[in-house]
Amino acid sequence: MLNSGISVLLEGNNLERLLNGLFVTLYVAFIAAIISIVLGFIIGIIRTSKNKLIQIPFRIYLELFRIIPILVWLFVIYYILPANFGLNLSSEVVALLVFSLWGIAEMSDIVRGAIISLPKHQMESSKALGLSTIQMYGYVLIPQALKRSIPPTINLITRMVKTTALLTMIGVIEVIKVGQQIIEVNNRSYPIVSFWIYGFIFFLYFCICFPLSRFSRKLEKKWAI
Amino acid sequence: MVDVLPYYKTALWLTIKLASIGIVFAIIVGMICSVIQYFKVKVITNIVQIYLEIARNTPLLIQLFFLYYGLPKVGIKFSEELCGIIGLTFLGGSYMAEVFRAGMEAVTKSQIEAGRAIGLSNVQLMRYVIIPQAFSYSVPGFGANCIFLIKETSIFSGIAILELTNTTKNLMGIFYKTNEALFMLVIGYLIILLPLTLFLTWLERRVRHAEFGN
Amino acid sequence: MSEQVPILQVKGLIKKYDDKLVLNKLDLQVDKGKVIAILGPSGCGKSTFLRCLNGLEDVQGGEILFENKSLVGKTTKWRDVRQRIGMVFQSYDLFPNLTVLENILLSPLKVQKRKREEAKKQALELLERVGLADRANDYPRQLSGGQKQRIAIVRALCINPEIMLFDEVTASLDPEMVREVLDVIAQLATQGMTMLIVTHEMNFAKLVADEVIFMDKGSILEQAPVEQFFSNPQTERAQQFLNILQF
Repeated sequence: MLNSGISVLLEGNNLERLLNGLFVTLYVAFIAAIISIVLGFIIGIIRTSKNKLIQIPFRIYLELFRIIPILVWLFVIYYILPANFGLNLSSEVVALLVFSLWGIAEMSDIVRGAIISLPKHQMESSKALGLSTIQMYGYVLIPQALKRSIPPTINLITRMVKTTALLTMIGVIEVIKVGQQIIEVNNRSYPIVSFWIYGFIFFLYFCICFPLSRFSRKLEKKWAI
Repeated sequence: MVDVLPYYKTALWLTIKLASIGIVFAIIVGMICSVIQYFKVKVITNIVQIYLEIARNTPLLIQLFFLYYGLPKVGIKFSEELCGIIGLTFLGGSYMAEVFRAGMEAVTKSQIEAGRAIGLSNVQLMRYVIIPQAFSYSVPGFGANCIFLIKETSIFSGIAILELTNTTKNLMGIFYKTNEALFMLVIGYLIILLPLTLFLTWLERRVRHAEFGN
Repeated sequence: MSEQVPILQVKGLIKKYDDKLVLNKLDLQVDKGKVIAILGPSGCGKSTFLRCLNGLEDVQGGEILFENKSLVGKTTKWRDVRQRIGMVFQSYDLFPNLTVLENILLSPLKVQKRKREEAKKQALELLERVGLADRANDYPRQLSGGQKQRIAIVRALCINPEIMLFDEVTASLDPEMVREVLDVIAQLATQGMTMLIVTHEMNFAKLVADEVIFMDKGSILEQAPVEQFFSNPQTERAQQFLNILQF
């Protein structure tokens, strides 16, 4: 009886549709990740300034994403924009927007944290050698901070991939939605199919995230951060 | 807007209840897993490690769907709330295990040697030296995970649990007051998380002082 | 007076870290009640030697006889041995989550399973002797380094060991606190406790020890009664060592 469910996976183009759905998910995560890394990097450097006028607004921005769950953010942007500004963005764009804002906030914290964690005497010796602030950042701080930022960044990307599961709740046709469609079609003939479909999706996410975490841990060990 | 308040209250309460139960079990699971890893118990350590990898590399939503929609088809049926708690425990346990493991490794070798030097057995070492100290090292990490798990409860909306996020979605559908509803939603999380954050900061400071006098 | 078997005998002790020879055929006889100072340059193996005596390090060859029983076999019950051979470390290592009294009573109550009233009485007496009876209910974080070290010594003493091992116990203390700790150890010496003391405090060694062992690169180069060692060191290395320390 168990077997009869699993064959659905191989039926027709089900597998292909599931993988396409996964591709949509990863696409969003990938683009959001790139935006986050680039902009987050810049903002992270800006945030190392001691200027309160800079610190406070950015800090509030970060905390907003730390306190409010991402799903809530997705709902907020998805429902508020049409209601208030008449903007009707597709779910994918909403997803991209939310994930990017989230990613930038987190990334800026990673970069800032990496720079701050460098021993103080790096800054002091640079100044003693007469380097300007820009030179200090460019030649001394950023190269070292980059290395330290990589494992947390990979960790952030892994988290982003996991969070893409939520996109199904705002209607994006991604892997879970496709899975649910397949289940609906096959439910009567093979009632057990939801076990296999969800199990398979579970497995897909694992296959993406696990190598990423392994890789990150290997790097950490290799660089003994 | 006032007439929807009772719904929010129920939702808030449910969120807190499910999160608390999930967190407690997650901490217990986490501590058990890290003790097992610490002693490198044969076979069970491998099972624990497999569990940790699976829990950490899959989204909570899928775990919930699998529990709520998938398992009943092979005869295991849990209520939504139980699914939520199991999901939180499963996911949270792996995060707590990581924190506690780091806490145990932070206990200095010389503390352990001092314990051995006065004749303590492995179990006694665990009980009087390692676990108490590991616990205080773990408080910041536990705190961060608590906040994370509370936020994850929003995902329970996916399996029809009437916690904050789901309730808001439904109310928006019924009353169309999108802005107010979403505003209340955000306030709802702030009500839980802000005091918690303050409490955790205080707790961290107090524990650090108790152990290390600074 | 009958010939007494030395309470501790070490014969041809060999210890290796991987392939590196760390202790090279050490021989030592310790009579009951004697105080032996172990001196030597950094890295000569004196701490490692001490740690072999209570099982914190394993040995690869040779023999350790405690009260004529071998400690080198795989079946040595170290938990029992450690109740008879006490050790105090450089980093004192009081357990931060327990009060002073709880620290001291942990082993007597939980390992030796003694009655609380009796153990507590002894603990308080010992605390009185080191002048810290009023701190019994404080936590380690409230004490200074010297106080913590004295408590660490009391903790080891409360188990009633036959031998006490001291591993550079004053090395991490501020100079002002070194004295109070050394006073406690001197007191123990007059009470006849058998002790092996690894130390850098030469004057202290001169005052308290009966015998001196001088080690270098894993071997015992010289072993002599204390006055003889300091006034007339035999080996060139020892002479070098003592000269260096006389500014």
